[in-house]
Amino acid sequence: MAQMMFRDALRAALALEMKRDPKVFVIGEEVGRYGGAYAVTKGLYDEFGAERLVDTPISEASVVGLGVGAALTGLRPVVELMYVDFVGLAMDQISNQMAKWRYMSGGKVKVPMVLRTQGGTGRSAGAQHSQSLETWLAHMPGLRVVMPSNPADAKGLLATSIRSDDPVVFIEHKALYAMKGDVPDGEHLVPLGKANVVRQGDGVTIVSYSRMVHVAAEAAAALAKEGIEAEVIDLRTLNPLDMETVFASVRKTHRAIVVNEAHRTAGFCSELAARITEEAFEVLVAPVVRIAAKDTPVPATLLEKLSIPNAEEIVAAARTLAGRRKA
Amino acid sequence: MKASRDTALSGEERVSLLRMMMRIREFEDRVAESYLRGLTAGSMFHLSVGEEATAAGAGLAMEDGDCFTTHHRGHGIFLSRGADPGRMFAEVFGRTEGYCAGKGGSMHIADITLGHMGANAIVGANIPISLGGGFSMKYQKTGKLSVAFFGDGALNQGVLYESMNMAALWKLPLVFYVVNNQYGMGTRIDLASASLDFVKRAESFGVRGAKVDGMDVEAVAKAARELFSWSRAGNGPGFLIADAYRFYGHGRKDPSPYRDKEEEARWKERDPVEAQKKRLLGAGLLTEQRYSEMKAEISKEMDDAVAWAAKQAEPGPQELYTHVYID
Repeated sequence: MAQMMFRDALRAALALEMKRDPKVFVIGEEVGRYGGAYAVTKGLYDEFGAERLVDTPISEASVVGLGVGAALTGLRPVVELMYVDFVGLAMDQISNQMAKWRYMSGGKVKVPMVLRTQGGTGRSAGAQHSQSLETWLAHMPGLRVVMPSNPADAKGLLATSIRSDDPVVFIEHKALYAMKGDVPDGEHLVPLGKANVVRQGDGVTIVSYSRMVHVAAEAAAALAKEGIEAEVIDLRTLNPLDMETVFASVRKTHRAIVVNEAHRTAGFCSELAARITEEAFEVLVAPVVRIAAKDTPVPATLLEKLSIPNAEEIVAAARTLAGRRKA
Repeated sequence: MKASRDTALSGEERVSLLRMMMRIREFEDRVAESYLRGLTAGSMFHLSVGEEATAAGAGLAMEDGDCFTTHHRGHGIFLSRGADPGRMFAEVFGRTEGYCAGKGGSMHIADITLGHMGANAIVGANIPISLGGGFSMKYQKTGKLSVAFFGDGALNQGVLYESMNMAALWKLPLVFYVVNNQYGMGTRIDLASASLDFVKRAESFGVRGAKVDGMDVEAVAKAARELFSWSRAGNGPGFLIADAYRFYGHGRKDPSPYRDKEEEARWKERDPVEAQKKRLLGAGLLTEQRYSEMKAEISKEMDDAVAWAAKQAEPGPQELYTHVYID
């Protein structure tokens, strides 16, 4: 076990998988010589060389397509898309190709590819560099969508994603790269589709993923002081989606809040709210509350903080729910 | 520069080119017929009658172990690489014995064991995927080639230029093969392209380019053989544009009102099958009798294939859910 940053944990997983399997290679903009726009691949170029850390021109669509073709012909590419906001440039190759070739071929081919990217606010980077677009990917049957919230999960989920024969979109968060946490040494695998109960409680269920897990945990700490014990669930993966853990919690607490950094309208929180309502309507004392980013482009600079969820919003929602009883 | 292979065609090869073109034509005509008989799963098929030489010539120039992708008009190319007509009909008929278990259809037909990474219905999307194939061939040191087959309609897609750039940058074993039938769906090539010198476009990207008469199967075979072996040997990517004509409409119901009837007649006079037959008769490599025998054999082969395919089972409803994910 060692204390390390989220970005270092990702790098550790990449290095281990590349050592283990010569078919694994990393490709994308600035991944090699530059060391990665967020330093995730720093040092790997010196260790593995230009053949395995491939720097590309700025051609997102064709680089992602290259990944698809390489995966179809026996390799295991880890394609980096520098910002999730660039997904539009490569959307055909992601949604019509990467996601669908296994199905369209009747199971005759596979696309064991990982598309690593990052999103979210935290750098005042502006509307085109701060988005949370996981819903677009989670909407696409055929794609796995993985969003670690901490260094240990970053390592374990990335290793599992690389070993998976399914195409995986692995979405990191720019504000988490410097987060420190305990990370197991050596091979560490976290299964996809297994949510993590980060904090136990019976007062209210708070479901989240990625950076918002920490905002939820902050809210839970504040609520505990008021005698409300929140159960915080980190989904870890949007696909496969572990709703059983969520349902078990809601049956206990009867109150649910879903938090995501994506926009409120049609954000992944909407999917969670629908599923919880369908499954647990009879035991809920109130509708599921969605806490999400406002439905505006993300402003740069000082307004950015206002556009995304904060702990106070979650606390306020939990208090309201705590005051509700079954009719 | 490494030496490329001697392009001369043997007598046997010259006859085989005719045979392959005849098989393609008989196959395509039976697809159209099968639609009228109610055997096909829908009418989303695109026939390559008139373009047979571009497929047969390229097929001869490819080797086992080469990989390729096609556009949506790719039946002929697949046949030229050894596809089984019965399984192709079964796919077009939506049966489980089809190449894609009845789930892909004509436009997504694939068989990785024959090197076919898949036919694509997004114009140009197969090009970056073939870029990945070329990357893979080089990375895995297979000594084999990747070929992207597409039509003139894709000549103005951005991904073509992104892919040519990367192929040239990394000297990949990859050929961009254009089946130019003069029309992108209903739009004549000069109404879509400001510059008609496509070889020049390729060369400006660092890709060795050549143009060939796509109605002359021996010219196609020789040009393809030369360029394919040159690229396969590691000299860099190639671009071959074969000028041909689609004798039928874009799809099933298109009477091609945007085409001048006189132009259609002129191209039909250059029927590649008739031209090759005449050439072989003249060279003493074929007799009228042998030709009739071949025609009868091929007719029987295709009739048997249709009959076999028509007897195959359709997928059960549970097949809707299979092959979405592996793990």
